[in-house]
Amino acid sequence: MSVVLELDRITKRFGALVANDAISLQLAKGECLALLGENGAGKTTLMNILFGHYAADEGAVQVFGKPLPSGRPRAAIDAGVGMVHQHFTLASNLNVLDNVILGSEPLGKVKSDRSGARSKLVELSDTFGLPVDPEARVGALSVGEKQRVEILKALYRDARILILDEPTAVLARPEAERLFETLRGMIKGGLSLIFISHKLHEVMAASDRVAVLRGGKKVAERVTADTSPAELAELMVGHKVARPKRTEAKQGAPVLVAKNVTVSGAATGLDAASFTVHEGEILGIVGVSGNGQSTLGALLSGLIRPEAGQLTLNGAEVAGLGPRGLIAAGAARIPEDRHAQGVVGEMTIWENAVLERLGRFTRRGFVKRAAAQAHANHLIERFDIRGAAPDTRIRLLSGGNMQKLILGRSLAAAPAFILANQPTRGLDEGAVAAVHTELLAARDKGAAILLISEELEEAVALADRIQAIVNGKLSQPIATETANAQRLGLMMAGMWDAPDAA
Amino acid sequence: MRLERRDDVPLGLIATAPIAAIVAALILAAGLIAAAGVNPGVAYGEMLRGALGSRLAVTEMLTRATPLILTGLAAATAFRARLWNIGGEGQFYLGALVTAWIGHNLGLPGPVGIAVLLIVGMAAGATLLAGPTALRLRFGIDEVVTTLLLNFIVILFVGMMIEGPLRDPLAFGWPQSVPVDGDFRLPDLVPRTRLHFGLILAIAAAGLTWLILARSVFGMETRAAGLNPDAAQFAGIPLPRTLMGVACLSGALAGLAGSVEVLGVTGGVTTTMSPGFGYAGIVVAMLAGLHPMGVVAAAVFVATVFVGADAMSRATGTPSFIADVIVALSLLTMLVALLFTTYRLRK
Repeated sequence: MSVVLELDRITKRFGALVANDAISLQLAKGECLALLGENGAGKTTLMNILFGHYAADEGAVQVFGKPLPSGRPRAAIDAGVGMVHQHFTLASNLNVLDNVILGSEPLGKVKSDRSGARSKLVELSDTFGLPVDPEARVGALSVGEKQRVEILKALYRDARILILDEPTAVLARPEAERLFETLRGMIKGGLSLIFISHKLHEVMAASDRVAVLRGGKKVAERVTADTSPAELAELMVGHKVARPKRTEAKQGAPVLVAKNVTVSGAATGLDAASFTVHEGEILGIVGVSGNGQSTLGALLSGLIRPEAGQLTLNGAEVAGLGPRGLIAAGAARIPEDRHAQGVVGEMTIWENAVLERLGRFTRRGFVKRAAAQAHANHLIERFDIRGAAPDTRIRLLSGGNMQKLILGRSLAAAPAFILANQPTRGLDEGAVAAVHTELLAARDKGAAILLISEELEEAVALADRIQAIVNGKLSQPIATETANAQRLGLMMAGMWDAPDAA
Repeated sequence: MRLERRDDVPLGLIATAPIAAIVAALILAAGLIAAAGVNPGVAYGEMLRGALGSRLAVTEMLTRATPLILTGLAAATAFRARLWNIGGEGQFYLGALVTAWIGHNLGLPGPVGIAVLLIVGMAAGATLLAGPTALRLRFGIDEVVTTLLLNFIVILFVGMMIEGPLRDPLAFGWPQSVPVDGDFRLPDLVPRTRLHFGLILAIAAAGLTWLILARSVFGMETRAAGLNPDAAQFAGIPLPRTLMGVACLSGALAGLAGSVEVLGVTGGVTTTMSPGFGYAGIVVAMLAGLHPMGVVAAAVFVATVFVGADAMSRATGTPSFIADVIVALSLLTMLVALLFTTYRLRK
């Protein structure tokens, strides 16, 4: 097999941080290489160097036997390297064809060759099994379709090596499986592929070979057929990590009760949703992204009020109380997007620790700084938040440590009800285990927890009962013990049967 | 070459940024002075002497710095919360007008009357900014446009009033408002100069503003709302109320500037009483890095340029417009300096 791509001892430093430490990689023609590692292991940096977004401090890149000049994306494209970013780089107000040809034609040209471009696009989409409508406006496409456009964009520029950065991060399970099928077809068609991932099952299912990065170093390289998920997990994290096991719940009285709650709005709303979360249990809400989870999260965070129905916490009506009222009533909230909603990045850890409970740290309109800082110190110790002092600006924390602070400030007040909205999205294995442990511990102390998750594994691992959300409607709850992949799959597709004994 | 965000900004860098910006602005302006046929060294020497060279010069400079401190605070307060108040000039004039109007015939003893008039001036400025802020909150109307346009409306309104109902009959046809009652004039700080008690008020206002912004719950909520509105809302901070609070504080400070200028210096209102105090306040706030105490130092610098430029003009024949050029350039160089405090250059 011929080597199409070679990275030779690539080193990249950001200030004191060594993001890539003398990493060497080879990619053979027709091969699918997985780049596995936790967040911050240096995967994306390495691929950005390969694609020319960053210039390496040391080391060299060779594509098809020729050295690639560093720091020039154009050179990488011309050499046949295509990259599909995790966050799409598409103009949503243009149609598919425009997006694909954008930037590929010389500026001086007066009229773009649209018909030529269209036939090339159609041909590519047929060859590689990537169906798209060239005239569709990109803004109206689903996430999976947008990703197809991104891949076609790379292929249109004659990419023979394709790099995909966390390609399934935005996809639901069935979409992800379809994507990997397509990618296998593309490899047969002569392409070589690198995909970045931190999900073990994907790596096992789709790759020929795995390179594991940890802390900026390449720690191992394995042929996928000769390794196991357990070995890869250990290589990736550096030590054995086990997510905690759920024990039998001691379900108590109802704490949070929603009856026929209806919310409409710009996003998918809620349609007569009813659920009950009891003391000492975790209720899991599963569903494909965009089926009303965000609205449910906003409702239980106090950001929006329902148009109809009742929402009670320990018997008292809490709809429309607002965030502060809800917190005062005994609720804690872990937001869906920690950067956008959870923290103010430019403020310090202690400020973020007390921001939603300022009333407790106030005297005559002034902030009790010493008390607030002591509280932050307590959280840092209790929840093992690393790399942090109360005065550190919170944006310098890793995602996992940031989430631990959000979790900590929520749990510190011993809430009766906890909303955990995608609590482990984008976290590495170690942090996921820590978050799961804390949530289960809070449950065992009697908290009622509503878990909204798009990861089925997570819902099954944590929740005592599970309801599916489809287009704003909630299914009847089922006991997790009676759930299996097939039943949950049907529920998430909107097919559920009459009330269940659970 | 690319820009890379700094993880932590060293304190020394924050302190040197405005100084570097001012030096750069002076060097750039030196080119223009040289083009006017004057040795820049001589010109800057005259400028320094004109602003700081004598007791009188220093008091003149501080008199000029007084309203700049207050308008600078107004801009800094608003900008911290991402409320773009460009209407300091209008708020200044409205505060001045209302002060002169009510102060002309107010039957109160001196100190009480002064307090009432200052509060009235602040209320006028606050009201003028509350409108555009409410429009932004309710309809999403850009406050940059509304506050800027209100400046011209207010100045024309002042012109109408001093040609009409508030015209001073004893001013021999000069467009000037009736004067405030002599009882309400602010006491002098230094005898036989124009420097008045307003300077103490302005510095106290800076201290108080710092206390509110850095230590109070309102200040912390304001900062959170400015830095990340979504997270602030999630934490339960009422955004509209917070922003209206900021608008009232900011407008009040600019209105106070107008009020203090009338009570301390001019006695009445004219349409030319401000050489752009409201706009210069924006420069002062930016040079100060939006820090209330830094505003005092930045105001002293801008006042030095303004006062010194007149002396330079008299001594060397350079146009005194060079003062505006230096102040404008220092805003631009400060913006560049701010970029380099947040980011660093890397190969």
